[in-house]
Amino acid sequence: MLELFVISTLNGILFGMLLFLMASGLTVIFSMLGVLNFAHASFYMLGAFFGFQISKWFGFWPALVIAPLLAGALGAMVERYGLRQVHKYGHVPELLFTFGLAFAIEEIVSIVWGKSPVDFRVPALLDFPAFTLFSTNYPAFKIFMLVISIIIFVGLLIALKKTRVGLIVQAALTHPHMVGHLGHNVGRIFMLVFGVGTALAAVAGVIAGPALVTQSNMAGLLGPILFVVVVVGGLGSLPGAFLASLLIGLVQTFAVSMNGSLAGAFGPLSPDLATTWLSDIWNVTIAQIAPIMPYVLLVLILIFRPMGLLGTRET
Amino acid sequence: MHKRHLIKLAIGASLSLPLFGTAAMAQETVKIGYIDPLSGGGASVGEGGLKTFQYLAEELNAKGGILGKKVEIVGLDNKTNPQESLIQAQKAIDSGVRYITQGNGSSVAGALTDFVTKYNDRNPGKEVLYFNYAAVDPVLTNDKCSFAHFRWDANSDIKMEALTNYMKGVPAIKKVYLINQDYSFGQSVRTQARAMLKAKRADVEIVGDELHPLLKITDFAPYVAKIKASGADSVITGNWGQDIALLLKAAADAGLKVSWFTYYAGGAGGPTAIKQTGLNHQVFQITEGFANLDHKTSMDFEKAFRAKVNLGLWYPRAVNEMRMFAAAAEKAKSLEPVKVAQALEDMKFEVFSGGEGFMRKDDHQFFQPIYISSFGDRTAKEPFDEENTGWGWKLAAKVETKDTILPTTCKMDRP
Repeated sequence: MLELFVISTLNGILFGMLLFLMASGLTVIFSMLGVLNFAHASFYMLGAFFGFQISKWFGFWPALVIAPLLAGALGAMVERYGLRQVHKYGHVPELLFTFGLAFAIEEIVSIVWGKSPVDFRVPALLDFPAFTLFSTNYPAFKIFMLVISIIIFVGLLIALKKTRVGLIVQAALTHPHMVGHLGHNVGRIFMLVFGVGTALAAVAGVIAGPALVTQSNMAGLLGPILFVVVVVGGLGSLPGAFLASLLIGLVQTFAVSMNGSLAGAFGPLSPDLATTWLSDIWNVTIAQIAPIMPYVLLVLILIFRPMGLLGTRET
Repeated sequence: MHKRHLIKLAIGASLSLPLFGTAAMAQETVKIGYIDPLSGGGASVGEGGLKTFQYLAEELNAKGGILGKKVEIVGLDNKTNPQESLIQAQKAIDSGVRYITQGNGSSVAGALTDFVTKYNDRNPGKEVLYFNYAAVDPVLTNDKCSFAHFRWDANSDIKMEALTNYMKGVPAIKKVYLINQDYSFGQSVRTQARAMLKAKRADVEIVGDELHPLLKITDFAPYVAKIKASGADSVITGNWGQDIALLLKAAADAGLKVSWFTYYAGGAGGPTAIKQTGLNHQVFQITEGFANLDHKTSMDFEKAFRAKVNLGLWYPRAVNEMRMFAAAAEKAKSLEPVKVAQALEDMKFEVFSGGEGFMRKDDHQFFQPIYISSFGDRTAKEPFDEENTGWGWKLAAKVETKDTILPTTCKMDRP
């Protein structure tokens, strides 16, 4: 039992940190531009595919650096030449723009790399069990993922709280006009933030690619959960996104490890009801509904605390 | 008068030209609509299947096609989604397809059977047949059987019967864990496994019974942690596609040491993951044939297939399907689906892997010898490895055709 608990905690934190890498960019972009970027998960996918391609040519380590830079540059260009042009028509066109972009990226990826999974391997250097916990091996690559995510989280926090650029970004989050009046180029800050945000998503892609599956539907699989994280954490709140990522990572992982059901709690259903629809609900285990847990959380948060866990505004 | 005549002629020509066009097209080719996932979580197996059918079509065409007509495979992506499959099926029928084939996902198969049956009721004379090469939910040849549906794969009950018969003789099995995909097929596997194990090995304890979403999980680590915690020594799973490959991969990462009794461990990505687990001849699969089966013609086929397609043959049943289709059309001397269907009924056939099989008229289920094989080190008798792992499949047990026959509850409406 303890073994399951420890391993699940590790897995949950890891999944949570991966979510955070993506949600951090998304939530900052949202608070600055007021637009929920539907294509954000697509940059995660681009990161994974760039990572795959570059690691085939030059190895995994160069890929870890180059792929996010490439995706980030692409993201910055999308902001400069796409979103900013659409901006003058209002929020709905912006939203539609990112929505369309997500489809376009998915199609382009499946044209270039095909629709089936690509063979993105864990680098040989990290392909060994890091440690054995109660006879369960924990892969070194997963520890590596965890370390990278934590480094980026700490780096992001320092950059935002301690540097000048961070201060301007924070100011632009709440008072973009004032920042503009003070002589800062708000447009360039937006572009920068968009670029960094998408680059972070791409980092997540490069390190998640070998551990999970790199294929053209990976954005679609993760995209919805990302929005849950951002909404649960509070739109525009970085600490909120961190908290929500970990929460959802842990909730999903622990739900899988639980066998409880209504039947387990209150005893089996009486025989005359056993063939009705009620028996489905009665016998379904928590593990079976694990994938919908984040969405249940989303609904609950929207009902009881619409601004999110650490959010400040009700949008 | 002259003018009117011209107009008439023009109308007549414009009406008859397209008709001539399609008629001419139809005479040249037999189109088979291949409706399976070519994107998403099922793509790895779907693409392999498409290549297999294309190879088989070429094989038939090299011998002059079916009744002198070339066979053409039309690949249609259904994304493992029943609704999408129906759209693709309609699209295929509109473009002149009279035969569709599908295998991945019994949920899809159920929808397709329904669709084809209704279509045939509404369009007498334009019937469509549905050749199922891999969807094994027993219901398709029992309560929901249809005259238009033919299945070449042994259904799930037959496979579980054989698998549990084998497990009966392995005393080391004490604690079994069931993990399956949460849809009709996975549920039928778990129910049968429970019932049959109870009947054959009452001493075996079922320590876990898991259903997970179909083709949506990208990291099975939480599930593997749970299997580990349950203390199981064996796992039974009907998982296919990426669900088996990723499950085995997560097991390899965590160092889970159990025996695996699977339906589809040999699918794309499976062998690579098994090699990573280091479980030598502890992962079993149940199929109607495998590369290292000691049978000359299928080994020759395997060699040629690998040279051309660069894949191991994963669907011997597809070979049976295509060859029997050709044989039935030739027997009926017609490519009219209803006549082909009647010719297929009760047809006896020397199957790809050797031995005789037959298509039961009552429910359109094909019966054939099936084999349990294990994956690991090879000897001189096992020339083929899988996915460049160096390991290959080795025979563990054979089940004769007569021992695979199970009763059916099918009451079929015939034309």
